Amino acid sequence: MKYEVVHGRSKGFFDSFNRRPGAIKTNMHYCPGCGHGILHKLIAEAIEDLQIKERTVFISPVGCSVFGYYYFDCFGISVPHGRAPAVGTGLIRSDENNIVISYQGDGDLGAIGLNEFLQTANRGENMAVFFVNNAIYGMTGGQMAPTTLPGQKTITSPLGRSVQSEGYPLKVAEMVAALDAPVYVERVALSSGRNIMKARAALRKALQNTIDKKGFSFVEFLTGCPVNLKKSASEINTFIDEQMSKYFVPGVYKDIAENRDPIRRPQPVFAPETVKQVLYGSYTQSAAVRDFSKLQPFFNKERRIKIAGSGGQGVLSLGYILANMGNLRNFNVSYLPMYGPEMRGGTANCSVVISKQEISSPMVDSNCNLLIVLNQQSFDKFLPELKTNGFVIYDSSNVTPHDLLPTQGAYHVNASELARDLGDLRYANLAILGAVSLLMDDYFLEEPDKSDFEAVVAEAIRSCFSGKEKLITPNINAFYLGKHKAQPN
Amino acid sequence: MMLKNKRLLSGNEAVIYGALLAGADAYYGYPITPASEIAHTAAVKFPELGRVFLQAESEIGAINMVMGAAAAGRRAMTASSGLGISLKQEAVSYLAGSELPCVIVDIMRGGPGLGNIAPEQADYNQVVKGGGHGSYRCIVLAPGSAQEMCDMTGKAFELAEKYAMPVYILTDAVIGQMIESVTLPEPLPNRELPDNALAIGKNRNNFFTSIYLEPDELEAHNIKLQKKYAVIQEREELSEDYLLEDAEFIYIAYGICGRLAKNAAEQLRKKGIKAGVLRPKTLFPFPKKRIAGLVGQAQKFISVELSCGQMIDDIKLAINCANPVELINRMGGNMLSVAEIVERTEKLL
Amino acid sequence: MKKYQVKIAPDECKGCQRCVIACTRNVLAMGKELNIMGFPAATVQSSDCIGCGICFYTCPEPGAITIYREVADDAQK
Repeated sequence: MKYEVVHGRSKGFFDSFNRRPGAIKTNMHYCPGCGHGILHKLIAEAIEDLQIKERTVFISPVGCSVFGYYYFDCFGISVPHGRAPAVGTGLIRSDENNIVISYQGDGDLGAIGLNEFLQTANRGENMAVFFVNNAIYGMTGGQMAPTTLPGQKTITSPLGRSVQSEGYPLKVAEMVAALDAPVYVERVALSSGRNIMKARAALRKALQNTIDKKGFSFVEFLTGCPVNLKKSASEINTFIDEQMSKYFVPGVYKDIAENRDPIRRPQPVFAPETVKQVLYGSYTQSAAVRDFSKLQPFFNKERRIKIAGSGGQGVLSLGYILANMGNLRNFNVSYLPMYGPEMRGGTANCSVVISKQEISSPMVDSNCNLLIVLNQQSFDKFLPELKTNGFVIYDSSNVTPHDLLPTQGAYHVNASELARDLGDLRYANLAILGAVSLLMDDYFLEEPDKSDFEAVVAEAIRSCFSGKEKLITPNINAFYLGKHKAQPN
Repeated sequence: MMLKNKRLLSGNEAVIYGALLAGADAYYGYPITPASEIAHTAAVKFPELGRVFLQAESEIGAINMVMGAAAAGRRAMTASSGLGISLKQEAVSYLAGSELPCVIVDIMRGGPGLGNIAPEQADYNQVVKGGGHGSYRCIVLAPGSAQEMCDMTGKAFELAEKYAMPVYILTDAVIGQMIESVTLPEPLPNRELPDNALAIGKNRNNFFTSIYLEPDELEAHNIKLQKKYAVIQEREELSEDYLLEDAEFIYIAYGICGRLAKNAAEQLRKKGIKAGVLRPKTLFPFPKKRIAGLVGQAQKFISVELSCGQMIDDIKLAINCANPVELINRMGGNMLSVAEIVERTEKLL
Repeated sequence: MKKYQVKIAPDECKGCQRCVIACTRNVLAMGKELNIMGFPAATVQSSDCIGCGICFYTCPEPGAITIYREVADDAQK
């Protein structure tokens, strides 16, 4: 007579548990009668039968099953307490063909890691979460779990769990089933033979959903911890079926996988030309980065500009436009929007530095070459920072200048009034840029760079308002109007 | 249309450009001022290249997602600011213990507690010294410009994989928020997944753990890690010299302070004071060799920091207290100005 | 009717008694001798096994219980 094995050691387990320290290499570290062992066998059998060993990652949590990676003949990782679903998210997002098993106990999932668990469930990540609920903390020696039953005595609830103090046991299956994303939620009991076979079917269904990329599947296993619950094998089954099951009612809470399309993720693109197209940006010939045609000595020195005004006057965008202009004519530039208490007071300022050399400090304070101010408060506050040979440009609609040194130059334009007449106060910044252009023409530029400066303004505006094309022409118009109206003092 | 590799970018934006050009696969993050622009840019650019962007439920979620992606052999990153980094430390310790590579960006703001959103450099101790539980270090790069934010993010991925460990980009809110012109590098070609990855086609017995139950095994693991850190200290320190040849008063400053110190040194030299700057570009490994080499010429070292003075301890250790080491600092989000550095330096001479 | 056999590997068993309780045919019983781990292992006390597998699935140990089925010789051909 010949015999064949119908039920025996699963090929989902390593033949020898070589990662396990000590002499014993064939069985597991769990205590006699432990529910983890029963569940591990069901998992090992399933990953073998479903032929997913080559792509399964078993995530070992913190708790008695922390050594899960000793046993399963598949990929493994041990992770911080409660974080398995987040780690699983990183794994499944890396390759949609991975089979991720997050195996978690009641402390790991229901207490310290409840947020990671619920958020992962709520995102509908394609993974299987197997939740071992044995109503107690095993590894740390029998403390109260979030699923400890009312009145149940543990080391940290020596008089029995008080619902007034510790609240009620956490009903995880019910909670997960209430979310929209999960496709499958079932609670089973690892007690009688019949119940274990139900659990086996649930576990396989969850894994099949994962193979089919249907999303988040969750099985809660009511199990025994004979040592910490201080119960014999028969008492444990009674405890699970008669006490735990009353509170944690077994059953299918949700099963909608059939109605869901498989989750597909985009494939990453690494082709260098595509990467460049996305990141480098493109430009037309007119926007090519080049030098001004005549490199005036003026350009050899670092130019430090401060722009200040009220929020809504476009102070920060003017700084950004100036930085763009510098960039377009091959200068090093730095642009620093200032934040801090004054931001919330309704004023804004920014620093722009333009230089042929490497820029050290990007902050413009006591060494300002050009101060552009759009309100009186900013004029009063920042004039002391203007160098003795610096220029100030102010919005004459709002600012009355005072205390200027004879060596300091000044230009003005009624920028806010012009902007108001153009229909939007936000044009004030471009109107005042017109005054900057006039200053440059008067002191620092020769043709063809005078007209090139205007071209750079237009190009910078185009680049700053790309995506808002309707704003480009009005802003360019505001610039020319400002330049037309601007005057030196 | 032509492609231009020179762009105006904020430091925070440049991080994402650098990451993607270096082949980053995934970004997991949680919004926080003043680092949020990193996530904003990642949210646009990662999906444009089919890479993974996911806004996590928390800083803890984000760094653990990074751990999962790193275990899968992917180049994964996250970014935050001090209080978010505090939350991540548990997982960073696991990453270091499991020898998993990743990149973490910390754009420092004011602390302790909720502090404020203005620039500080007060995460130095928590980032440079380890931060979480256990004897571990992370490589810490300290960019001082948008260009370096881009370049160093690429370098961070390279170092993370070379040494199988987390690498930080540590800088202040000024460097993160400031916009500068950045020359973008060539994209790196795609690479094979590492052999130890938890990835289809690799050995299915690959696994990552940081648990070593036997004290002898855990001690051996620690010794292995410490040896790796010693190699890094020996080989990877980076710094920039500025006006150092004959400098007697030497600023040590990183991030925005490094740039302010350069202007301060220039101004002092105009007054006949031989000042110079050593700007650390790596904080672990701290540029000990370079700084120790300056002991002979230096009268004083001056640590310029936006904190209570955290890096100053490493300067004293690097020179074995051979010269006086002074501190010029501000806290609470107040910026040092060049003028203030010059004035306070003159009082120290 | 096919014949089934259940075998216990004595050094794999932790003596929790789950199999003894689960078996509906009273095939299994607790032994007296202590095994390599210091547990009294379950033993097979009758040949009434019907191969239902309940003892196997209720057993927390990977290789403590194996169930065999008789194979007809002609099935091999």
